[in-house]
Amino acid sequence: MQHGKYRFIVGFLALPLGLYALFVVWPFIQSIYYSFTDWTGLSPEFKMVGFDNYSRMLDDEIFWKSLQHSLLFALLLPVVTISLALFFAFMINVGGRKRRNGPVVTGVRGSSFYKIVYFFPQVLSIAIVALLFAFAYNPDSGAINSILRGIGLDNVQPLWLGDPDLALWAVMAVLVWSTVGFFVVLFSAGMASIPAEMYEAALLDGASRFTTFFRITLPLLWDTVQSGWVYMGILALGAESFAVVQIMTTGPGGPDYSTTVMVLYVYQKAFRDGQAAYATTIGVALLVVTLAFAAVVMRLGRRERLEY
Amino acid sequence: MKTTETPAPLPAESGAPITKTDAPPPPPPKEKKEGTVLNVFSHGVLVIWAIMVVMPLLWAVMTSFKDDRSIFSSPWSLPDSLHFDNWSRAWTQANMSDYFLNTVLVVGGSLIGTLVLGSMAAYVLARFDFPGNRFIYYLFIGGMSFPIMLALVPLFYVVNNMGLLNTIHGLILVYIAYSLPFTVFFLTAFFRTLPTSIAEAAFVDGASHSRTFFQIMLPMAKPGLVSVGIFNFLGQWNQYMLPTVLNTDPDKRVLTQGLVQLAVSQGYKGDWSGLFAGLVMAMLPVLAAYIVFQRQVVQGLTAGALK
Repeated sequence: MQHGKYRFIVGFLALPLGLYALFVVWPFIQSIYYSFTDWTGLSPEFKMVGFDNYSRMLDDEIFWKSLQHSLLFALLLPVVTISLALFFAFMINVGGRKRRNGPVVTGVRGSSFYKIVYFFPQVLSIAIVALLFAFAYNPDSGAINSILRGIGLDNVQPLWLGDPDLALWAVMAVLVWSTVGFFVVLFSAGMASIPAEMYEAALLDGASRFTTFFRITLPLLWDTVQSGWVYMGILALGAESFAVVQIMTTGPGGPDYSTTVMVLYVYQKAFRDGQAAYATTIGVALLVVTLAFAAVVMRLGRRERLEY
Repeated sequence: MKTTETPAPLPAESGAPITKTDAPPPPPPKEKKEGTVLNVFSHGVLVIWAIMVVMPLLWAVMTSFKDDRSIFSSPWSLPDSLHFDNWSRAWTQANMSDYFLNTVLVVGGSLIGTLVLGSMAAYVLARFDFPGNRFIYYLFIGGMSFPIMLALVPLFYVVNNMGLLNTIHGLILVYIAYSLPFTVFFLTAFFRTLPTSIAEAAFVDGASHSRTFFQIMLPMAKPGLVSVGIFNFLGQWNQYMLPTVLNTDPDKRVLTQGLVQLAVSQGYKGDWSGLFAGLVMAMLPVLAAYIVFQRQVVQGLTAGALK
């Protein structure tokens, strides 16, 4: 297959690679360069300032707050979401009643119904979900406080997004709500491919069903859990947290910067405050955090791959 | 999953499995008891989460038919009558129709572009050996783990200098560029799984490389294109961050942006019912499409993570 091979390769790669280089690779390189300048973004003139932006960042209280929140998002969200999803997926696939002559381990009745419903939020835009919950959290007329009133908790009427201590948790809950279903479906597919004889043997040997989860299900699913973890962490540091924080919280960034995250702070510095160079500096910090997160998860999670 | 004589389960009845009287499973008593307890517990937990997922969505649908006063006074009451005028107001006065059109144009253009360019690049990377192949492959998939916001700051000025800011075609090009990493990653793996013999036979018969690609390989890759197409469709339809930064012209807004803007402006006007109608309007097509193409959507969205 030599004839005209290189002409073909170049012809086919030129357009996709060119577009990708121009709109993705080049801006990444540029922004690392800009982080060493005093570029405002408003005028084309700028000069090199060395590490000034970086030292300014280290003294910036809001930056530290946003870093804290971003780290919290990246560490806590995947743990909560993936644990919940594993729990639900196990219930769906193993929680069924044993039937006469049926296999020992079965899915619950209506398991496909649960999977369909749980997946709903995943197909909606995070922006729409965020808007919906911004109203649901409304202290006076929102759905949530109104339920609390309905069940007699008239005194428990939190301000939710308006309360600096609660706002961040309220925002995180929305991300959990919207992503659990995806992982339930993902893990269910993995669990369905685990042979039933494994459970059978373990149960015959006297293991409880909860033991089978930790001894059989989790080890065999580990690869999927791990890649899900990285995926969720990257989302929680990037686009998803931008949308929910920007749309849901006042400011945006919450009362007293209580919900601001790095990705939002980059956006605000660049497109609201006209400090493009400083924005890219925070962006570089975000890049470091993201890569470090992925590296740590991949490293901590490394195990022998189990064949079955 | 069901092997007994019981009829197909209805979602509603699955909440109360204890009251069913059909024969319990005979073997080991300890195991049986544990199984039953687990079963009741499972159903309880699963039903609660299902309610938590559906309630906010139903609440939005219900609210979109109410008038503004009752939205505030009693958020959970049923609408006194179906206020369809909310929907028509949102569609015409609140520009939802424009936002829909813009979104359809942007997503239509980018989806086609992503699939064409993505499969071209993936095919070459999967099937041809040449210096730099691995480098280009990793350059593409590296884009999956980098925070996009970092690139968006200079990208805004790149796009602006090219005169593409606030244009539909500019947005399409950017969507394509940011969809390429996953598309190339997924399709490269897919092209590798296809047999080589047919392409070689075509080539021996005198077909050119590009003809072999378009007439033989692309049709063979259809299942992969469908999966990655659904993935990109949802991702691009629901995109919020890219248009927020690169598309600031009020007339060019896409659906997600438009709704957020609407929330801000309707806040002043107090037209909450119209806003909820807009929200539901944006939600329903995607949910309906999901229910119809359920299997494909789930496959498309989980395909990447399972590999």
